[in-house]
Amino acid sequence: MDFFHVLVVLLESTIRVSVPLVFAALAGLFTERAGVFDIGLEGKMLGAAFAAGAAAAVAQSVWIGLIAAILISVLLSLVHGYASITQRGNQIVSGVAINFIVAGSTVILGEAWFRQGGRTPALAEGARFQIVNFPGADAAREVPILGPIYADLLSGHFLLTYLAFAMVPISWWILYRTRFGLRLRAVGENPGAVDTAGISVIWLRYRAVICCGILCGFAGAYLSLAMTAGFVKGMTAGKGYIALAALIFAKWRPKNVMLACLLFGFLDALAIRLQGTPLPLVGQVPVQLMQALPYILTVILLAGFIGKAIPPKAGGVPYVKER
Amino acid sequence: MDNIAIELRGIDKSFGPVHANKNINLKVRKGTIHGIIGENGAGKSTLMSILYGFYQADSGEIVVDGRPVSIRDPNAAISAGIGMVHQHFMLVENFTVLENVMLGAEDSQILNKGIAKARQELKRLEKEYALEVNPDALIEELPVGLQQRVEILKALYRKADILILDEPTGVLTPAEADHLFRILGQLKAQGKTIILITHKLREIMAITDEVSVMRRGEMVATRTTGETSVEELAELMVGRRVLLRVQKGEGTPGDVKLSVQGLTVKDSRGVTMVDDVSFDVRAGEIVGIAGVAGNGQSELLEAIAGIRKATSGTVLLNGESVDVTGHRDPAALRARGLAHVPEDRHHVGLVLKFEESENAILGYHNDPRYLNGVFLDIDAIRKDAEEKIAKYDIRPPNARLKTANFSGGNQQKIVLAREMERGPDVLIIGQPTRGVDVGAIEFIHKRIIEMRDQGKAVLLVSVELDEIRALSDRILVMFAGRVVGERSPDATEGELGLLMAGVEGRKEAAE
Repeated sequence: MDFFHVLVVLLESTIRVSVPLVFAALAGLFTERAGVFDIGLEGKMLGAAFAAGAAAAVAQSVWIGLIAAILISVLLSLVHGYASITQRGNQIVSGVAINFIVAGSTVILGEAWFRQGGRTPALAEGARFQIVNFPGADAAREVPILGPIYADLLSGHFLLTYLAFAMVPISWWILYRTRFGLRLRAVGENPGAVDTAGISVIWLRYRAVICCGILCGFAGAYLSLAMTAGFVKGMTAGKGYIALAALIFAKWRPKNVMLACLLFGFLDALAIRLQGTPLPLVGQVPVQLMQALPYILTVILLAGFIGKAIPPKAGGVPYVKER
Repeated sequence: MDNIAIELRGIDKSFGPVHANKNINLKVRKGTIHGIIGENGAGKSTLMSILYGFYQADSGEIVVDGRPVSIRDPNAAISAGIGMVHQHFMLVENFTVLENVMLGAEDSQILNKGIAKARQELKRLEKEYALEVNPDALIEELPVGLQQRVEILKALYRKADILILDEPTGVLTPAEADHLFRILGQLKAQGKTIILITHKLREIMAITDEVSVMRRGEMVATRTTGETSVEELAELMVGRRVLLRVQKGEGTPGDVKLSVQGLTVKDSRGVTMVDDVSFDVRAGEIVGIAGVAGNGQSELLEAIAGIRKATSGTVLLNGESVDVTGHRDPAALRARGLAHVPEDRHHVGLVLKFEESENAILGYHNDPRYLNGVFLDIDAIRKDAEEKIAKYDIRPPNARLKTANFSGGNQQKIVLAREMERGPDVLIIGQPTRGVDVGAIEFIHKRIIEMRDQGKAVLLVSVELDEIRALSDRILVMFAGRVVGERSPDATEGELGLLMAGVEGRKEAAE
């Protein structure tokens, strides 16, 4: 029973840490499937987290925080879109630039506005997301096996958590069952085919980039309005890159994206759980090694354990109409 | 004038200093196949891109079915009933046939309903025009001939009455090309108007009703196909008389320079591509290898050139053995007098982003003539390039221009100049005139015969049977990796065709 309890706790924290990964990886899915590579997921998420923390603190409203997060993230997406779609610039450079600009400016603005060393003020209850408890969750906890699963795994998360996992089938449906999705996938493979079919490549790619911005906005808002109560400098801590890795690992497919994010989330949760706990045979393992585990796994998986990940064919290439 | 499907009036288009289309007038009659022929760079593709809304004309008018239309983008072209089959297919390779046909012409935001309707419509089109293709097949799994059929279906699905085909046979095997022509005949019988852009005179003669000739951005003539000749069209295209069949005297074969014995080549999957092939090439003769593309000629050429590893067999160059199965060294082969003009000049023969002068020495760049200590002697390289440019009439005559900016024919001349000017003993040439315009073809053919007359041994591989017959002193026919017969160049096309199809050869081998 003790093992079961540990497992439930572990899975619960897996879900908690997976949420921003799921949002960000799905965000990347939309742009990359449309042929715009986006290494700036990290920066957008961080910008959104800051905007959410700052706006929620000033307005004392979680919803204003969320809207601010989405606005800033979409704005950053449009900057990336302008550089890489309209100006046909290098998409990697543009993404990296966004990451750097956001990493620096969030600290500067945070310090200038709130004078708390780059943090935003700690948020009161009404200014951040509350846990959603399913009916009868507390009572059900006493039921063996099913009880803790219902009470701790299914119930007791933030609204954004449920939204994140709902976005997986929704994204799939958009990409594979709507006209927009068909065209979006086509423009990532062969923009010429889209152009000659009489559809604007530029507008289509901008819409994909905006979808990415919205989802990154949710990821950032989750970090500063749900997981913690306020923005802390550099709080994304590489999650944008892990999301990118999960996206490649998932071969750009929505369901796989979720599974990959859960796997990375699980490793993260495991690393936290095992800190300070001696392992059988190995003994005490340094904290740093455990923390590095998800990243080590990323390298191993991407190095060849996943078979050949074929990116969208037109990915990273600006569309130039030419003959 | 009711029967004019499309008319262009005074179309003019410039790209900066390049005047691509000069006051073009053209009338295409309804229900006919109208050919547009011209050399590479004559402005055919620009004109068709204007018609399909890729570019806007600087001035001029497009009239469809008697009504002036403004074609600002492909959408406008589609609604005017114009469909286009591009030279490089505009298909999404990991989509199904159905998805590709639907793309851009879906009925509603949500796909499901549209899919059922599209499937039905596709079935109807397949039946009506005998264009069978599995709607659920992925494009990347289809052969090129079928991919092209999907492009045609795409246009028909959008209710195109005027179909533009841009160099449609460039990627097709001769059999696939014949099939395409039958399809075009059917479409014409159903009342569609077809504009066929090509630089191949044979196709024009075989299938069109009328033909318009473009030269340097101008529409120089329109003829009824039945009343013109290949010679007249060639002259109109180039602007001077062209010898379609090069003059060549009797060869005087000397010693064996290249000897291939029992050469066998397997590809990476272990499939035998060249199967126990043996032949000799003597000084002062051209040996042509005929065959339908993909019957092992490419692999044979690459194995002799030291690019591809052979499984077994021997090759003697000037009587000395060449290691074709073990350590291969193309540079050493060059030094021993073997020059190679590869089939694919874009990927193997040239670095398109380099200057002309750099490509002109590629592979010979360690020659002391081009070196100044450990550095390249840029002056010597440019001077050398300029000499070659003059001798081979490479245009524009600018050694510092990026190679990608030369036309196909001039790029090929850059490769030929590089390989021929070294004075090799053995010259192996793959597809010397692929994607090369008529004027340059004549020049290249003359040069190849000159090489022979200088006593070089020439091995020529080409999928153009006319070319093989015009140049070769002896013809070997390859089928399924084997040499299935040897003929003199006087052999008829039919006789060679049967060998190439593998019909005659088997009997001969059995005897």
